[in-house]
Amino acid sequence: MNADIRPIRTQAEQAILASLATVPEGGDRLADLRRAAARSFEENGLPHRRVEEWKYTDLRSLMREAVPVAGAAAVAEADARACLLRGVEARRIVIANGAVVPELSDLADLEEGLSLTTFAAAMAAGDEVLSRIGGIVPSRYDASLALNTALARDGVVITVTPGAAIARPVHVAHVFAGGTAAAMYDRSLVVVGAGASFTYAESFEGADGLAYQANSATEFVVGDGAHLDVVRLQEEGASAFHLSTLLFDVGRDSKVHAFTFGLGAAVARTTLYATLSGEDSHVGFNGATLLKGRQHADSTLFLDHQVPGCESRELFKTVLDDSARGVFQGKIVVRQAAQKTDGRMMSRALVLGDEAEMDNKPELEIFADDVQCGHGATCGAIDDDLLFYLRARGIPKKEAQSLLVQAFVGEAVETVEHDGLREALVERAEAWLAARA
Amino acid sequence: MPAVQETVDQVRSLDVDQYKYGFFTEIETEKAPKGLSEDTVRFISAKKNEPEWMLEWRLEAFRRWLTMREPDWARVSYPPIDYQDLYYYSAPKRPSELSIDDIDPEILATYEKLGIPLRERDALLGIASGGTKVAVDAVFDSVSVATTFKEELSKAGVIFMPISEAVREYPELVKKYLGSVVPVTDNYFATLNSAVFSDGSFVYVPKGVRCPMELSTYFRINERNTGQFERTLIIADEGAYVSYLEGCTAPMRDENQLHAAVVELVALDDAEIKYSTVQNWYPGDKDGKGGIFNFVTKRGDCRGDRSKISWTQVETGSAITWKYPSCILRGDNSQGEFYSIAISNGRQQVDSGTKMIHLGKNTSSRIISKGIAAGYSDNTYRGLVTAHRKATGARNFTNCDSLLIGDKCGAHTVPYIESKNSSAQFEHEATTSKISDDQLFYCRQRGLDPEEATALIVNGFVKDVLQQLPMEFAVEAQKLIAVSLEGSVG
Repeated sequence: MNADIRPIRTQAEQAILASLATVPEGGDRLADLRRAAARSFEENGLPHRRVEEWKYTDLRSLMREAVPVAGAAAVAEADARACLLRGVEARRIVIANGAVVPELSDLADLEEGLSLTTFAAAMAAGDEVLSRIGGIVPSRYDASLALNTALARDGVVITVTPGAAIARPVHVAHVFAGGTAAAMYDRSLVVVGAGASFTYAESFEGADGLAYQANSATEFVVGDGAHLDVVRLQEEGASAFHLSTLLFDVGRDSKVHAFTFGLGAAVARTTLYATLSGEDSHVGFNGATLLKGRQHADSTLFLDHQVPGCESRELFKTVLDDSARGVFQGKIVVRQAAQKTDGRMMSRALVLGDEAEMDNKPELEIFADDVQCGHGATCGAIDDDLLFYLRARGIPKKEAQSLLVQAFVGEAVETVEHDGLREALVERAEAWLAARA
Repeated sequence: MPAVQETVDQVRSLDVDQYKYGFFTEIETEKAPKGLSEDTVRFISAKKNEPEWMLEWRLEAFRRWLTMREPDWARVSYPPIDYQDLYYYSAPKRPSELSIDDIDPEILATYEKLGIPLRERDALLGIASGGTKVAVDAVFDSVSVATTFKEELSKAGVIFMPISEAVREYPELVKKYLGSVVPVTDNYFATLNSAVFSDGSFVYVPKGVRCPMELSTYFRINERNTGQFERTLIIADEGAYVSYLEGCTAPMRDENQLHAAVVELVALDDAEIKYSTVQNWYPGDKDGKGGIFNFVTKRGDCRGDRSKISWTQVETGSAITWKYPSCILRGDNSQGEFYSIAISNGRQQVDSGTKMIHLGKNTSSRIISKGIAAGYSDNTYRGLVTAHRKATGARNFTNCDSLLIGDKCGAHTVPYIESKNSSAQFEHEATTSKISDDQLFYCRQRGLDPEEATALIVNGFVKDVLQQLPMEFAVEAQKLIAVSLEGSVG
């Protein structure tokens, strides 16, 4: 954008700037990154509707006030709060209020080929792997990521050695525990070596009624021929503010699947960045969002095809009840060198509530000619014919609607490969529908 | 893959200097002093013998314009335009509106060369040989030089005349509708147009009248350093129907020329307007030198219930195209349509699309856009479909396909789909691909040379849109597509 004179800083911006003042001076690369991120926030502030990437999620007006950065959580409370995906057989790590809680985390007896430590510990030890942080740089200023870079102090750092097949997923449970609203930031890094396979699950939750703010970012570095599955479930408290960023650097011949499931928070924004830098890789990003009341959820994707022969598939489903607002933005960029790219993106929204709103913006930016790219977007109410079919068979209206919504969401949820995780997500969707009826 | 290799070779040896309308007509002209100021606005207004209210309207627009900034969100890049280095008014010296015989023969010859008959008897001869009757308003730089079939149209009650005349003869109609669809403050280029527009067509079709013939305007930029700012206003009263065609060309020059037009359509209850454009302004040479900057604001207002507005455009010319013909679907059960073929070759940059704004109940819209990028060009589709809270039962179907010829060009799709009503049903699909080797092989096997084969495939690709054009235009457009892609295909 050209020289827009920045309006007066909002209360939230001022509060955030105050916490940015604590970003320490230091000598290493990470410290430099942090300061650069803090500076870019000072310059650009919170994005507003004139900033194209945030057109439908105007943080400047949505984020009325910034709450102070959260202190350490009480272990017992964090344990009680972290309920999601508990039944799934996985190695469980708990991050409460932005810091790993060792008492609740399964950090010992690691499988061969898996190394797992906390971000804070890796930093203290000057771990070499942290040089991968900040490897993927969004082409435009991203306020959510900048704040995370500047303020996150902990998270997990996972390395899977080349060729290792880790069958048991690692589940990182993010939770907010505390009596007053606060902000929490965490940053994680997952490096999957060449030919390795790994499943990573994340969950997000916190108390209803507290306007806490969660900001999470995870970077994935996927080696040649590796296979990575990411499953995330976001069920933050009803008044919470959730900002998260997932960044993927995808190597040659690799396979990356990510599924994001969003049910919670008053305002949620999830941004996925993927750089396809190795030939013949496959990326599948899918997601489902179920919203009610006055919830606002935004899923934004950037796929950058830099090399030839890659395939990307995206399927996002949004169900909107009451006066909820759903946003989907997806951008596929195909660089001149990326011949033989095959990209398909689909966003479908089912509108149940009379006051609900859906905004779709699927984009294609293509500079190579020998490609197959497409996107689709649909938006509408439940098909009356389908409803009639079911009702004609004696199924009550509410139940028929539930069945159709389940089928609608099911198409996306089915893409989750891990049985336990998929079943857990289906169960959450059913709970959402049951609460509605 | 020989076919691909040939395509690449052909593109390398690309020569886009095939613009056949690039000649310049030597005539004496009268111009406003160079530059833009309140005096320029007053000069134009005085030249047109405009009433006081019109001058005030213009001046207000000009003052507003001074406070505005040039938009930069489109995917086009061009050197900054020096608005003080342009002529805002240029007219052939001889009085021309008395009768066809008073028109400078040079101008008549120009239009003949362009294939536009201005003499009604020529057009009538066309009928004898099987053609259709089309009434033409010919705009040469800043003035309308001739309007044909005026009498026959007035018998049907249709008003078809240069807008500068309409301002004097039908001030009430003009006052009521001018700026009611594209407000003076709408955007940078529309505001500039409001201040300095020189001519254009005015059409009023009264209640229940089906306009007896196609109406057409032919725009020609001739003079050097001149901007063309035409303004078209079409009103279809209750139950009326009108089909309107627009064509444009300009000489080949090294410099960039500015074209900033505004078109406003108003359809009242049960009325229908069909607006077709074949835009073939000079696109610049193969290195991107010269060419027209085409910044156009076109908008139709389906003000009445059951009204319909249909835009069809074939965009092959201009160095820069910035154009989004839109429909405001205000009346209940109203319909909007947008059919577009945008072809870019050489260094052309196209950023075009549409807006369908659903306000009324049971409104429906349909968008079919075909973009073809060749050479070093960039071709962007940018569109908005929106349903407001009260637009119950709104329906939209959008299909935008892009075809890339060569690996130095870009095709982009930026749709915005916003639904604020649960009963609105929107569908959008977009694809980008290249001409498949299989298709080419199939055609070549049957003895077509690569260029013919590509033209055939491209014509198949754009068929859905071509079908929407009036008959004579469709044939013309089909040829134009082949010419535009010449030298780019293998």
